[in-house]
This record gives sequence, C-alpha cells and structure tokens, in this order.
Amino acid sequence: MSATTTATATSAAPRRQKAVLGFCRAQPLGAAGLFVILIMGLAAIFAEAIAPHEPEVINFGAMLTAPSFEHPFGTDAFGRDILTRIIYGARTALTIGFLSSFIGCTLGGLLGIASAYFGGRADLIIQRFVDVMLSFPIIVLALVVVAVLGKTEVMGIDLNLVFAIAIPIIPRSSRVVRSAALSVRAMPYIDAARAGGYSAWHIITRHMAPNVLAPYLILLTAYIAQAILLEASLSFLGLGVSEPKPAWGLMLAGDSSNFYQEAPWMIIFPGLAISLAVFAFNLFGDSLRDWLDPKFRM
Amino acid sequence: MPNVTRRATLALPALGLISPALAREDGPPRRSGMLTFAVGAEPPTYDLHQTGTFAVMHRVAPHYSTLLTYEPGNYPNIVGDVAESWTVSPDQKTFTFKLRPGIRFHDGTLLTSEDVRVSYERLRAPPPGVTSNRLPAFSQIDRIMAPDPLTVVITMKQVDASIMDTFASPWNSIFSAARLAQDPAFPVRNVMGSGPFRFVEHVAGSHWVGERFDGYFRQGQPYLDGFRAITMTPSAMVNALSGRQILAEFRGFTPNERDRIVRALGQDAQVHESSWMLHMIVSFNNERAPFNDPRVRRALSLAIDRWGGSASLSRISQLGAVGGLVRPGSVWSASAEEMQQWPGYGRDMAANRAEARRLLREAGHENLSFTLLNRNHQPYVTSGIFLIDQWRQIGVRAEHQQVELAAWYAAQGNGGFDVMVDSFTQFSDDPTNVLVKYVSFDKAAVATARATDRELDRMFDAQAQETDPAVRRRILREFEARNFEQAYAVPLLWWQRIVVMNKRVRGWSMAPTHMIYQDLRDVWLAPERG
Repeated sequence: MSATTTATATSAAPRRQKAVLGFCRAQPLGAAGLFVILIMGLAAIFAEAIAPHEPEVINFGAMLTAPSFEHPFGTDAFGRDILTRIIYGARTALTIGFLSSFIGCTLGGLLGIASAYFGGRADLIIQRFVDVMLSFPIIVLALVVVAVLGKTEVMGIDLNLVFAIAIPIIPRSSRVVRSAALSVRAMPYIDAARAGGYSAWHIITRHMAPNVLAPYLILLTAYIAQAILLEASLSFLGLGVSEPKPAWGLMLAGDSSNFYQEAPWMIIFPGLAISLAVFAFNLFGDSLRDWLDPKFRM
Repeated sequence: MPNVTRRATLALPALGLISPALAREDGPPRRSGMLTFAVGAEPPTYDLHQTGTFAVMHRVAPHYSTLLTYEPGNYPNIVGDVAESWTVSPDQKTFTFKLRPGIRFHDGTLLTSEDVRVSYERLRAPPPGVTSNRLPAFSQIDRIMAPDPLTVVITMKQVDASIMDTFASPWNSIFSAARLAQDPAFPVRNVMGSGPFRFVEHVAGSHWVGERFDGYFRQGQPYLDGFRAITMTPSAMVNALSGRQILAEFRGFTPNERDRIVRALGQDAQVHESSWMLHMIVSFNNERAPFNDPRVRRALSLAIDRWGGSASLSRISQLGAVGGLVRPGSVWSASAEEMQQWPGYGRDMAANRAEARRLLREAGHENLSFTLLNRNHQPYVTSGIFLIDQWRQIGVRAEHQQVELAAWYAAQGNGGFDVMVDSFTQFSDDPTNVLVKYVSFDKAAVATARATDRELDRMFDAQAQETDPAVRRRILREFEARNFEQAYAVPLLWWQRIVVMNKRVRGWSMAPTHMIYQDLRDVWLAPERG
C-alpha cells in the first residue's frame, strides 16, 4: 500500500510539472498573468518580511515625500510609505478577492447545477430569480448589501464586505454553470445514478459538479479580478475597508483626492497596483479558458 | 446695555483677515446680482429651532430675522435686529425690548411682539410634536410677555451671564404667530419669515433659491437680487469655485484646498482665516466598561500628542490649534502654560505615554482594544487615523468604524459606541454655551460622554450665574482642570476656519463661527473684471 502511494505521488509530480509547462508554452500571456499573481500572493503572505516600513505608522517628518531610495513609491499625507501600504494592500485585495469570488462562484455554481438538475418549475423559479438579480448592476447590488449589512470583522476581514461582493457574483456564475450543467444532466451516467437511487445532493455534488469544474475555475479566476475591483471601488466610496488599514481603493480616496496635484504618486502607484492585479487575473482566466476548453485547443 | 466695545476689542485678534472694509474700498454697494454658493450637505429640516447644522443655517438664515444679532464685521458686539433698543433691570433679571415699527413678514403681515413671544415660547417650551435644540439655553427664562405690539419683556429665574448671546443666537428665528397657531410644525417644511430674502424653491439634492424681499425693514437692503445655494461635495466645491461656477462657500476649506482655489482664481480670490468655535472631541462612553474607569480614560488622553498633532495636521486638514474647552485665543481660553498643566497637554510625550501605560497596567487593561466610532468625512477621518496611531504607541488597538452622518448622530443620542470622534460647535465663546458639552448627561443631552459628575454641574451653574468675568474665568479653569483629570470627554484639536471665495463677493463678514452673518443682507456683488 505504501509502495503504491509513493509511486502515485512520484508520478503525479512530473505530470503537474508537465501540465504547468504545457500551459506556459501554450498560453504565454496567461503565464505572465500567473507570474504577476504569484508575485502578489507572495507579497501578501510575506508582507512583514518584504515591506520596508510599517503600513499604519504615521511619520509626520516624511509627509508627502516624493519617491526616493528610502520611500521608492513616496509617502502619503501622514508620512506612511506607499510601497509598504501597497504590499499590505495586496493582502487585503487578494483575501477579499479570493474569498468573495470563491463564495460567489461556489454558491452560484451549486445553484446553477441544481437548477439544471431539477429542471421544470424549479429551474423556472430559480432562473427568474437569477434574472431579477442580474438586472442590478454589480456595483449597485454590492453597495446596497454593504450599506445594509454594515461591518462584521473576523480575524481582520470584514465578512459583510466579502458577502456584499460575493452576492452579485452568485447569479452570474449560476447562469454560466447552469448552461454547462444542462449538457451534463443529459448524460446517461446521470440517468444511471438516478436509477441507482442516489439522492439529488449526491448526484449534484459527486457526478455533476466535477464535470463542470472547468467553467467553474475560469469563472473563479475571472471574478477574483472583478472582486478586487469591486473591493477597491467600495473602499474608494468609503464603504469597504476603513483607514488606517492599507487597501488599494482606499489609497485612492481621502487625502489622495486632496493632494493628487502636489503628490501624484499617491494615486499613481495604488492605481497601477489595481490595474495590474485585474489585468493579471483576467489574462490568466482567459488563458485558462482557452487551455481547458477542447474547442479552443483544436 | 452690553459693553459692546470691550467685547469687540477682545475678539478682533482672533480673526486673521476681516472683510468689512471691502465695501468701503470699492465704493457703495451695488444693488444687483445673484449670489451662487455651495453648501456641503442637505438640510434635514427647514426649522432653525430644531436643528444645529450649517446645512440648514446657510440656506434658511437669509429668510428670517432674530431679536438681536451680532454686528457684522464687529464680532462679538451685539446689536438689535428686530429689536430697536433694550433695557436691563438693575438685578439683571428683566429685559425689555422695543421692536422696530413696521416690520413685515414675507406674506405682508406685520411682525409684532406677539410673534417674538410665541417664537421664544416655542424655543423655551416647545408644543407636542415639536422639539427645541435650544432648551438648555432657554431654561433660565421664567416668563416672556408682550404688553404691547412693540414691547417684549423677558424675565429670568436667575441671573444668566450668557443671556445676551442667547438673545443674539442665529437659531432663534422669529416665526409668524398666526402660522404657528395653525400648525406648530409649520416651519419644518415651510419658509416664511421677515428676513432679507423671500423663499423661492428647494430642489432636494440640487439647489435652494431665495429672492430679494422688497419689504425688508432695513432700507435699501438687501443688495442682491437673490441667492442660489447649490448642494455639492467638498471636492466638487473646490472645482466649482476654481472654475467660477460658484462664487462662495461659507463653511471652510483645508489649507491645501485653499491653495488650489487661490492658484486657479489668482487675483480674483479672497481668503478669510480665523480660529473656529468648533473642536474635535474624543468622547468615551462612560456607561461602558472599561471607559467608566478614570484611569483608562486619562491614559487614552495622555497618549495623544496634541502639540505635535497640531503642527502636522494643520498642514493637511482643517484641524488647527491646541485648546481646552473654550476656543483658544478667545477671552476665556487658558494660556499655553496653563494648558500644559492638564493631563494630556504636557509636551514631554515620553513621560505622558509612560504614565498612560502605568495607568492602563494599574487598571488591568494593558492590551486594551476597542472600536473608535467616527464619521466618514474629513477632517474626522484624519482625526481617527491620528488617534489610532497615538494609542498604538501605548499598546492600545482601536478598530476604526466610519459611519454616515445619520448613524453618527444616532450613536451620539443612544450611546451606541465605545469611544467616538465627536465634535461641538457654537455661535459664541461664552463658557455656558461651550461647557454644556461637558456636564452630566442628565443635565444636557449634548454631553455625549454620558457621564455624571455633580461637581462639574455645580461649577457649570456657578459660572453661568457669575457676572464678574474674572471670577467666571477662575471657575472655568477649575472646571477644565477637573474635566481633564476625569477625562469623560477630552478635546483633540480645535479647527481653523479658512473661507475662500471669489473677490466679487463683497460685504460678507468673517467670524470664528460659521453660524452667524449668513443672512446675506450686507452682501453684494462687484462687477466681473473686464
């Protein structure tokens, strides 16, 4: 048993390596996106070790300092190092972005699969509900949710902000996953499972969900970008992360709008960070779709 | 009669630039033009008796008259508005006002002493369904009588040293008694006064328009054809003023916004600067542990470097001078040396913070963490960021919760906070007007800290009834010393008022409060430069 496990593990590693290399060769732009994402991820994880300064410590002696060796991206109106705040801001952006996208796409995916599986009246009701949800622009829906829910922080993460961003993602991912699940639902093995007496939950989670994993993964990466942008927008509007926590959208609001003429670095670098993150996730998501979809491969 | 010369002389050094001379410099006022100005918030009501926000004052003041008023360009000298003259009894408890004859409301009816009496009764004892924000100030009034159409007699329960300021309050608009008889809440959604401008329209979220009232009782005034107050955000105001789409904003800008507007307008900019009767306060909720422990409150106050904060924050925000409970630079304020004796005002921050840590350790709250409730508006956010950084330096962690104005007001009222960034503004420096923020909660609803301290209450009453300024000042110092020792609520910094407007606007008077001189009766517009 032990020998079999070892053999499986040793053969899986080269396979993964080969898959990653294959992806990089086939999708160089996607690989570039993945590289940026990995850099941001590492920065977020090791922020304490990488960042040159403390993100929240005020240093009035360095107020509005232009980019220099000491402060490569300059400082803000409180003398806080902008590079440090961007590095820590990556933690906020990626955490909220990934959690929101994961929750939104997973719940939306399950709803879409259930809608496809049950069909008939259930499908009709779910899809009309999804239509109603889709009629709201994503930012408006998130604004309403965050304004109604307020703030509930757990381990420094505002859960209500995560849900506010996740909720508008649910109907969108539900609609996409449902279309993929409809074709899976028509497969003979689903009929066989039903004939075998398996429960609806069992069939949805064990037989249908794994077969819509490709569109799910693509949605997940695409909506991380959207969630990062949404978090930045909400923070910019004063409804997301609160000062003095570092967050990219927040860095564009407040004093930045007051001092952008004298200290343009206050808006340039956070703006670049948001653009780069969104660009990287979108590139990666698009490339992943091309790579996973057999039609595109042909 | 009030000693007007002394009052005015004492206040003048507080004002950086004062504009009444502009009218003389540029010849006689011109009688034409529409003044467009910005207001940064929507009015929650039209009723000046029931509110305390500039959002109402800046729109509604041009439509009403008051009994007395502050003399334009000569703050804090008090002169008559609808009152032509007045006398005070030797025991300083009876005030007899003679009204100007022939004053008319905008509907053409005559303003009489009955209108003043009914308006003042509404402030002193509001009827059911009406609230009065001025109840504490009017609590010492015993009776208001109107023996003839042009005479108002007000008797006091006891001497009130601040009563002349109460009579000159810009919030005491005189309503029509006939309209109030029909509906006591008439002014909440209707505007009908005897001020220099007649109400035309209010489009919520957009604008408020007034037009000249030709029957105004001051001959030849107002000079403007009308005014248009436009609702806009602070950043929009800077752009609108820079782009000459509006001519003024009367509340105030940050130093950086001032510089941007001056750069854009060049010679067409005029700047007025003054200290401001508005201060930022750290209010601890004394009904919640651990803020019911004076050691915790004092430790949090000790950790704040007010002198360092003033020097730096004044460069990036409207926050300015270090001060006690009354406006720094006013006749009532403590000197810098006196302030440095108070806990939290010493310049040796290392010693202050060491003492703060010791107090927290003694109270068993070394790793204190709490939520700091704040408005999501500048300079409140700046204050919050600064406070959190100051408290971090003694090992205290504060979570910054920023909320909309309505939620912030609600928390002030219902005590739904641990610690809050609070503020307080008044229209006069008189200690009674200001100390009310720091007395027991059951004595004044504005005392957000929800503390009970009968010693402070006793001192408050004693100074309010004391007519000797020297004795009053001594009581005030004692009040401040006890307040900082107990630290129920402590000032952070006082605001600096920076008003920037287009030079075409003439005749407007600067003051250390944004609540007076807003009836616009003296304001006129110079022609545009070639």
